[in-house]
Amino acid sequence: MSASGFATRLIALTRKETRQMLRDRSNLIVGLLLPVVLILLFGYGLSFDVKDARVTVVLEDSSPTARNAVAGMRGSPYLAPAWATSMAEAEQMIRAGQTDAILRVPGDFSRRLAAGDAQLQLLLNGVDSNTAATIEGYVSGALAIPAQQQADRAGNKPSGVASVVVVQRMWFNEAGESTWYLVPGLVVLVMTLIGAFLTSLLVAREWERGTLESLFVTPVRPLELVLAKLAPYIVIGAIDLAMCLLAARYLFDVPMRGSLWVIILASLLYLMVSLGLGLFISATTRNQFAASQMALLTSFMPAMMLSGFVFDLRNVPVVIQVVSKVLPATHFMGLIKTLFMAGDYWPDILRDCAILALYAVVLIAATRRSLKKKLD
Amino acid sequence: MNGAEITVSVEALRKTFEAPDGGAVAAVDGISMTVRAGELTALVGPDGAGKTTLMRMIAGLLKIDAGSLRVLGLDVAADPQSVQDRISYMPQRFGLYEDLSVQENLDLYADLHGVPQQERRDRFARMLEMTDMARFTERPAGKLSGGMKQKLGLACTLVRSPDLLLLDEPSVGVDPLSRRDLWKIVQQLVDEEHLSVIVSTAYMDEAERCAQVFVMNRGRLLAEGAPETLRTRAQGLTFTATPSEGMPARELQARLIDAPDRIIDAVPSGGSVRFIRQPETDDARLRDLLHDAPIEPRPEELEDAFMMLLRQEEAEVATALTDQPASEPASAQADQDKPVIVVRDLVRKFGDFTAVASTSFDVARGEIFGLLGPNGAGKTTTFRMLCGLLPATSGHLEVAGLNLRTARAAARGRIGYVSQKFALYGNLSVRENLEFFGGAYGLRGKRLKTRVAASLEQFGLDPSAQSGILPAGYKQRLAMATGLIHQPDILFLDEPTSGIDPLARRAFWRTITALAGGGVTIIITTHFMEEAEYCDRIAIQDAGRVLALGTPRDVRQQAGDAGVMDMNSAFIAIVEQGRAKHDAKEAAA
Repeated sequence: MSASGFATRLIALTRKETRQMLRDRSNLIVGLLLPVVLILLFGYGLSFDVKDARVTVVLEDSSPTARNAVAGMRGSPYLAPAWATSMAEAEQMIRAGQTDAILRVPGDFSRRLAAGDAQLQLLLNGVDSNTAATIEGYVSGALAIPAQQQADRAGNKPSGVASVVVVQRMWFNEAGESTWYLVPGLVVLVMTLIGAFLTSLLVAREWERGTLESLFVTPVRPLELVLAKLAPYIVIGAIDLAMCLLAARYLFDVPMRGSLWVIILASLLYLMVSLGLGLFISATTRNQFAASQMALLTSFMPAMMLSGFVFDLRNVPVVIQVVSKVLPATHFMGLIKTLFMAGDYWPDILRDCAILALYAVVLIAATRRSLKKKLD
Repeated sequence: MNGAEITVSVEALRKTFEAPDGGAVAAVDGISMTVRAGELTALVGPDGAGKTTLMRMIAGLLKIDAGSLRVLGLDVAADPQSVQDRISYMPQRFGLYEDLSVQENLDLYADLHGVPQQERRDRFARMLEMTDMARFTERPAGKLSGGMKQKLGLACTLVRSPDLLLLDEPSVGVDPLSRRDLWKIVQQLVDEEHLSVIVSTAYMDEAERCAQVFVMNRGRLLAEGAPETLRTRAQGLTFTATPSEGMPARELQARLIDAPDRIIDAVPSGGSVRFIRQPETDDARLRDLLHDAPIEPRPEELEDAFMMLLRQEEAEVATALTDQPASEPASAQADQDKPVIVVRDLVRKFGDFTAVASTSFDVARGEIFGLLGPNGAGKTTTFRMLCGLLPATSGHLEVAGLNLRTARAAARGRIGYVSQKFALYGNLSVRENLEFFGGAYGLRGKRLKTRVAASLEQFGLDPSAQSGILPAGYKQRLAMATGLIHQPDILFLDEPTSGIDPLARRAFWRTITALAGGGVTIIITTHFMEEAEYCDRIAIQDAGRVLALGTPRDVRQQAGDAGVMDMNSAFIAIVEQGRAKHDAKEAAA
């Protein structure tokens, strides 16, 4: 009797939640359309890579040696060099925002190169320091190529100058493509958005419309209410996850070096955490407006800023590091990036999944408690 | 049902809440009572009496602070779920899922209560027939009218026959027709299934149907007993006075209610005034008050006993407030005879739907004009057009001599508006609200100051009190004061009395009649049909059409033969006649 009653009620409530979800157009837009927009935005629109950076080269020394030194600039796909005749002209361009950097080859370059202490001047537009740092890297790389060739050509002829060459390799993200780490992060953002934001309205709406009061005075049990509210949104979350993974694989060519099933399992686990958080906020605030604000502030914003999505957490103050460690999003962010780019590393997988599972259980239990069928 | 004869037994029950000002309020303050099984039991009392709190405690929805509460032989505090498995509860605002259809709502509750399929079929058929909703099963609950929603709520609570049915003010905000239908359903189930029902209500005619009545006020029990027994408290004190020819009943009523030393209560009814005299007063002093109006004894009713109980309480708690507003409209006294409001062939359509169909009427200066009608009749739409909040689709509309099509802003300056909901700023003080609304109406400087001071005095308001935490009756006064701050010629009141208790309502109407006496024209909508008796003229609307227009007496006559009929039955009769006529026309066409 009791078990069959549980099943009947759970099915009835789940059916009700599903119908309500399907009939609420704004819900579906947030649930299914917004993730598509986010995927396209983050995949195509957002990139920390700098392509065709505008570098103005000022050749005050027009000797072949000097020309040869900056020849590498032309071959790089990341740089779009332009040529200026005077430093004054170039400075004017950087002020007007027409160029991102100035590479100055001083008039005594050839002479000093022969003497072994040649210098080039690189002026960067520091308004966007991230871009500036990236361009600096590109330019150094481009300049290193002819230097390398020269060294090779010189062969083992002692040149009089000892030269140490750093051979750079970026592991896991060999090309340094930002899409590769943005897209796995996108999975975190989408799961957070669907989970916390959509569910944050569910219980609060019932409090506001007075439907819970009627529902409470029936044989319904709090756990049934919670499970029925989770069910349809797990489906939505799963659809979104599938969209993210397909986009990652086929649109953005992000590698998936970990096992697919581990990626899916970990994502669903995080989805549960996120849904649980949304429901808990909803059940305790009892107000749709407050609940959606809270959900945004406690889940989506931190997932964006503090989870290591964009900013490296080791560079932030200790207090924020502690805060970020508390966030479930941080654990999932680390896990999903590792899974996508590095592969299955079991100690991390087990630890992070255990943490996420703990969060999910605690949040769902807390929601159940807050729906304990009392109005006061 | 355990063979027990008692469904609910309450002992020294207490429940306190935190008051808005931080203190504690005892919503239920040491109540003891016993409710018998198999019959209808009523909880009556003014707003804030503690009826809803008590209901919720019986339903196991609130923690108990002190005392004991047993429902169906079970301790509610210890095992609320077992109680909730066996009872059905309809809260004041039944939580229908508006995006689910009628059938889906019913299915949900049937599933939750575990009603077997074969039983369900019969039950649904019966419920849909009783609520007259078989045609609407596919319609989303959100698209039903207020009365229909309430009926669906009742049907959802009755998907199975409970051991105890709790109804919390099922008829609040419901028009007389839907109210009658609701009670028909409940009565039928009590007769056929010996259902035990506890119903809380503010309507005495509803309490009169019950076997047992508990009168509550301020969290305490004032009296209990069968309606017949309770009624005897007013025995020998109840009379009807007939005003002399040409004198409106409300004028006589005003005179009587202003003499609390001699009169306990007085209300206009059917062209006369029903009153209760103070037992101590002598006949000579009574005759002084009545002048030559002939009086006749009338049988006492539950309402009389209820008013007596409340008056006694009130006298103990605080001296009654006597507001004698002396307000005169700012405009000149000229063109006395010209109507203040002229409505000609007014039409309002929303798409294909005609909310108001070709409506015409005039309202004279100083008149109290009532707009009555069932939920969804077009009252609110008419009202909004008159206030200039909504443009008319076609027709002529003139307010205070100004055409609303061409001079809407100017017309608005001449009218005051009190909305149904408390539309003032809750976190501002009384004075700040008055000053803000005065400023919004263009008052400033010295004139604003004197108007605010006058309003504070006129309505007996504390200027520094925070508006949001005033008791309902005082919020009502503040709303009136802001509506009148710019001394308008016309005051619009949209269901001003829903949710305030009978005493506050008497005081409210006293203010209204005084304002009308001072020359302010009043347009009012209400769900309380007996309040139509205060109006000079009323219009009854249904489905956008005006079915009756005239003095309360005219309207009663139009409804049927004798003048003995009360306004409530007159209203029902007129709406039903109107619908029958309309249906016949449709059939012919």
